Amino acid sequence: MASEPLLLKNVGIADSWTIDSYLKSGGYEGLKRVLREFEPEAFATEVKNAGLRGRGGAGFPTGVKWGFLPKNKDKPRYLCVNADESEPGTFKDRLLIEENPHLVLEGIIASCFAIECHTAFFYIRGEFHKGYRIFKRAVEEAYEKGLLGKNIQKSGFDLDVILYRGAGAYICGEETALLESLEGKRGLPRLKPPFPALVGLYGCPTIINNVETLANVTLIAERGAEWYASLGRPPKNTGPKLYCVSGHVKKPGVYEAELGIPLMELINERAGGMLHADRPLKAVVPGGSSMKILPASKCDVLMDFDSLMEAGSMLGSAGVMVMDSGTCMVQALLNLARFYAHESCGQCTPCREGTGWLVKILERLESGNGAESDVDLLSDVARKVEGHTICPFGEAIAWPVQSYAAVFRDEYLEHVKRRGCPVGGPSLV
Amino acid sequence: MSAVREETDRKIDELLGTFPRKGSALLPALFLIQEEKGFISPDSMEYVAGKLDVSPVFVAGVVSFYTMFYTRPVGRHHIQICRTLACALRGCRSVLAHLEQRLGVGAGETTPDGKFSLEAVECLGACDKAPLIQINGEEYELLDPKKVDEVLDRLE
Ligand SMILES: Cc1cc2nc3c(=O)[nH]c(=O)nc-3n(C[C@H](O)[C@H](O)[C@H](O)COP(=O)(O)O)c2cc1C
Ligand code: SF4
Ligand code: FES
Repeated sequence: MASEPLLLKNVGIADSWTIDSYLKSGGYEGLKRVLREFEPEAFATEVKNAGLRGRGGAGFPTGVKWGFLPKNKDKPRYLCVNADESEPGTFKDRLLIEENPHLVLEGIIASCFAIECHTAFFYIRGEFHKGYRIFKRAVEEAYEKGLLGKNIQKSGFDLDVILYRGAGAYICGEETALLESLEGKRGLPRLKPPFPALVGLYGCPTIINNVETLANVTLIAERGAEWYASLGRPPKNTGPKLYCVSGHVKKPGVYEAELGIPLMELINERAGGMLHADRPLKAVVPGGSSMKILPASKCDVLMDFDSLMEAGSMLGSAGVMVMDSGTCMVQALLNLARFYAHESCGQCTPCREGTGWLVKILERLESGNGAESDVDLLSDVARKVEGHTICPFGEAIAWPVQSYAAVFRDEYLEHVKRRGCPVGGPSLV
Repeated sequence: MSAVREETDRKIDELLGTFPRKGSALLPALFLIQEEKGFISPDSMEYVAGKLDVSPVFVAGVVSFYTMFYTRPVGRHHIQICRTLACALRGCRSVLAHLEQRLGVGAGETTPDGKFSLEAVECLGACDKAPLIQINGEEYELLDPKKVDEVLDRLE
């Protein structure tokens, strides 16, 4: 399945981030085709027919989401681009923003045309200093070339794109927290319903889409739904995907493949195999830190939404963290628990208190002072958080806890018996 | 007397007209103030609250929510090292230990001469470049203690 790169087509060529370089390789032809040949609704249908599912984590069909917008147009509509990329293990949107910003921008313009929106916000995490500079320049270039602003390419369609920098808060990647932040407030997730498609930014109908999702819209604009829907594992897992491989592999990096590439091919062929010849694979987190861990014995799996769901995890953000036999699973989870405790927005008691409790229990186990009952206590606390919170952050901490403690239960119990770590690899905490 | 330089004040006025609602100007305004002053003082909070017609308490709440806003001065070179799992798997602990030893301060502290601040931060979205640090927003990747020394030597 080593097909031509689509999302990363321009990456690696000189000045790939400039509009001149992008235009040279046929850039913005897809958008021009859409503006010429489609009514907005017809292009929205095209995206639906392509089967594109959101690349931000949940895998929700993009065309279907757009369809939730109200029919009447008495209020302005907004598109908010989610460029907050903060899920540990994820670094694909950053690559698109820094190396191929016009592919993303073209998708933003085509999407706004489809949903009849005239102001788009690009919410980029504050730590992406370079990405902000590059994307800002890309937007300026698009205005200069008449691809943004009034009457784009004489189509009668107007669009402004406004950049907005986040200021350091993982939770602002959650779509309603992002809206709060964009309104100049603390990033506290909102209760749903109402859903943003009806009541979003400034109380107006709003669509939130991930950077990579919008880059895929460009491909559909260029070559159409039928072609797009033939890629990957149709009918429900279509299109190309960026996979972020990190941890104990020889060549960590972003790899493009059609949805459904085997996980082991990704690790062994794309990422160069395991880092140390004498330390075999122990486990993989396939979709960013919030997803359930797969032990090596379950890693013969295809990397698409439905296959990973069947395997007991999720594709999530496609952050593939690879761990070898030297990895202590108590320390790995403690490292993540500290992340979640730090990033909880604090609105819901189970999440705020639960994350703190998890850290304490894991610290006890890690230092060799834990009791057998602590292992069950971990799952207990996770159960009390899951499903009892305003936003899915509750699941984002419950799932790793439940899966690490269940899959590696024996290793956790060994920590109690031996009063310390039986693995002995380099410290993770 | 304005709490900020005239140029910053003018830029903030511009921001007020950039967004459909002026409340959205708060985060970018705070970034501008921090760029000028290095951190956000109670005076600055009061000033920006006046600009946006919100209460200083509201501004303080926003400032405290986001980790990139500082309420105290930070060192001239602000070193941020990622501590999260993907970096930990690639040995960020030893890089952090080396930084602490070389600078003589722990994570979350500033050297007495005000030259360096050291901070452990969460995933920077560049896990393939682990271990990595940012110094005043500039990135240094695939580090080991020796490379850290080379980077810091150039700063001193
Ligand atoms: C805690 C949390 C963090 C999230 N972080 C991100 C993020 O950094 N980037 C992103 O695109 N989506 C993130 N999401 C998912 C968004 O809420 C939203 O589903 C997504 O941006 C929708 O875009 P898509 O339909 O194009 O995938 C996060 C969700 C949660 C619950
Ligand atoms: S689940 Fe956690 S992060 Fe989400 S709203 Fe509640 S406290 Fe905030
Ligand atoms: S875990 Fe360090 S950059 Fe992602």
